[in-house]
Amino acid sequence: MTSPLEQKKIKIAGPSVVTANRTWDGIVVYRTAAKSWSADLSEAAIVRNSDEAKALLAESVADDVGAIGPYIAPVQVGADGKVEPGNLREQIRRTGVTIGQPVQV
Amino acid sequence: MYAYDEIDRTLVNERVSEFRDQVKRRLSGELTEDEFKILRLQNGVYLQLHAYMFRVAIPYGTLASNQLRALAHVARKYDRGYGHFTTRQNIQFNWIKLAELPDALADLAEVGIHAMQTSGNNMRNVTSDQWAGVAPGEIEDPRIWSELIRQHTTLHPEFSFLPRKFKIAITASDHDRAAIKIHDIGLRLIKNEKGETGFEVLVGGGLGRTPFIAKTIKHFVHGRDILSYIEAILRVYNQYGRRDNIYKARIKILVHELGIEKFSREVEEEWQHIRNSSLQIDDEVIEDIRSRFTYPAYEKLPHNPDELRQAAADPDFEAWRKNSVAPHKNPGYSIVTISLKPIGAPPGDATAEQMDALADLADKYSFGEIRVGHEQNLALPHVAKRDLPGLWKALDKLGLATPNVNLITDIIACPGLDYCSLANARSIPIAQELTRRFANHELANLIGRLHINISGCINACGHHHVGHIGILGVEKNGEEVYQITIGGRADESAALGNLIGPGVKFDEVADVVEDIVEAYLALRERPEELFMDTVKRLGVEPFKERVYATR
Ligand code: HEM
Ligand code: SF4
Repeated sequence: MTSPLEQKKIKIAGPSVVTANRTWDGIVVYRTAAKSWSADLSEAAIVRNSDEAKALLAESVADDVGAIGPYIAPVQVGADGKVEPGNLREQIRRTGVTIGQPVQV
Repeated sequence: MYAYDEIDRTLVNERVSEFRDQVKRRLSGELTEDEFKILRLQNGVYLQLHAYMFRVAIPYGTLASNQLRALAHVARKYDRGYGHFTTRQNIQFNWIKLAELPDALADLAEVGIHAMQTSGNNMRNVTSDQWAGVAPGEIEDPRIWSELIRQHTTLHPEFSFLPRKFKIAITASDHDRAAIKIHDIGLRLIKNEKGETGFEVLVGGGLGRTPFIAKTIKHFVHGRDILSYIEAILRVYNQYGRRDNIYKARIKILVHELGIEKFSREVEEEWQHIRNSSLQIDDEVIEDIRSRFTYPAYEKLPHNPDELRQAAADPDFEAWRKNSVAPHKNPGYSIVTISLKPIGAPPGDATAEQMDALADLADKYSFGEIRVGHEQNLALPHVAKRDLPGLWKALDKLGLATPNVNLITDIIACPGLDYCSLANARSIPIAQELTRRFANHELANLIGRLHINISGCINACGHHHVGHIGILGVEKNGEEVYQITIGGRADESAALGNLIGPGVKFDEVADVVEDIVEAYLALRERPEELFMDTVKRLGVEPFKERVYATR
């Protein structure tokens, strides 16, 4: 597998976060400014240019025990500072499947 | 049923302890994800959008009731109370935790279930007809040969590091329920003029980015030579296969690029070297495997018992019977398909409660045996005809008696963007909406046999290319767009569908399918003319006109 860092041209079009899946249970997590992982998007470190994105990703990749498959994902930041996922895929990762599950949890 | 021998049990148990150790080392950081990934894939563990996914093999689609209970137990204890039956006789659990996986594997190992060969670039779970051993008129039980190939290829070095994954399917009936023409190798059991058992061998089928229908490479290979012949194919593939380009690595591309004539000459030459080697199968080996498949002690029962005649007065029972009950090789018995496609629900999902209850019903009515088919439905293979009304009532209580097998709401769909990390668009909500549109049984019945297949990306896990109506989700400027094909089919007359026109939006898909169906109902010459026959007769044009006239 090519490491995300080898995708040299990291370019972001707007505010972004680094997201991954937590290693021990697989749930969706976001990289925080405190160099750790959180399941809560509002705690994610927001990056606004490619250098910041690269640095956050590099640091996330280094924490291989914590979470797997980190990548940069777009977010939207509202006027009130509220962070929302930037596309449908990330929306689904955040809020779960868009269909009822056979068994409610 | 098939009784595993000591070798298999030891192998499965060793795999569990090995994996337990690997997971421990992964969680402590001793193994990196890069190192661990191949190990987890060898044990059926993928990463999806929300969690790990665990894929478990159901070899040739045969399950004993205690195995189904073990799957229910895994769903309940380690997952969210349900599992998803796939198009390749596997079951997937969507929410499993890596830290608990070794325990789940150990629990399954106790009943002889494992996850080997469910992922990675190796020989995958050899699939077969879900009616194997019970279908009237079959040459012989194809699972004997599936098992032979499974034993030969499991962990065999030549098959463990292939250029790409490799899938084999076997059928022994005229009507192909195993979709052999869309597999890397498809095997059709036949008899030659001398009455000897052997195979028509097809090669190079597959869907995905570049779909191909398999071509016949040899019209008859004697049963005793089948392993050497497969090995010859694999050797040619290993030698020429494109390891440099993942999109070109499947055997279908090689067959296409070399041409079937050249490919078969290469295979023939290779085969002559190894044909009379130790790969030639002794009759005793086949006999030994055959003896491990046990069949129930069928009773001699009436073909049309009183219970069945009385129940026929109930139109609901009749609607179910007509769609779900198929003839058995033994006239007092039937094969019952269990629809996992209730109206409005995700195709192929079953809850732990349903699995447990079904295991009980299998014990009561089907000699403890359950089958899994590629249409994402289950089957009870040995139900006495007199028991059909009782079984139907019990299934109905469990929500497992939807009378839609082979009808328009019996949809095959991949997990799509709700679960899958490779997806471009959602599949399941499209399927759900379509089942609601065609929920009326009279309408579905009037339409007749019509298969809809949906994939959420070009990997084609939902077999959209071979759906009578195929729906492929793509992404366009951040939006879900669906391309619609018609005229595909997956059976013995397998064909790829043709695109009807530009893609349509998420909200429009069900409308478009309704338009296609209305056009078909208006265009068919008589009620018996099936959708695919009308499409064959008239081509795409009239459907295209209908769909795009107002769009
Ligand atoms: C996380 C979930 C899944 C992933 C990541 C995945 C990935 C893939 C990929 C990458 C391919 C293309 C392989 C190639 O062309 O070489 C493929 C093919 C396939 N998948 Fe999946 N898949 C997933 C779930 C499923 C499910 C749920 C089903 C059954 C409903 C399924 C059935 C198939 C089948 C039948 C093919 C073969 C299509 C062909 O003939 O090429 N997959 N899958
Ligand atoms: S077809 Fe694509 S979206 Fe659907 S399961 Fe396969 S890889 Fe995922």
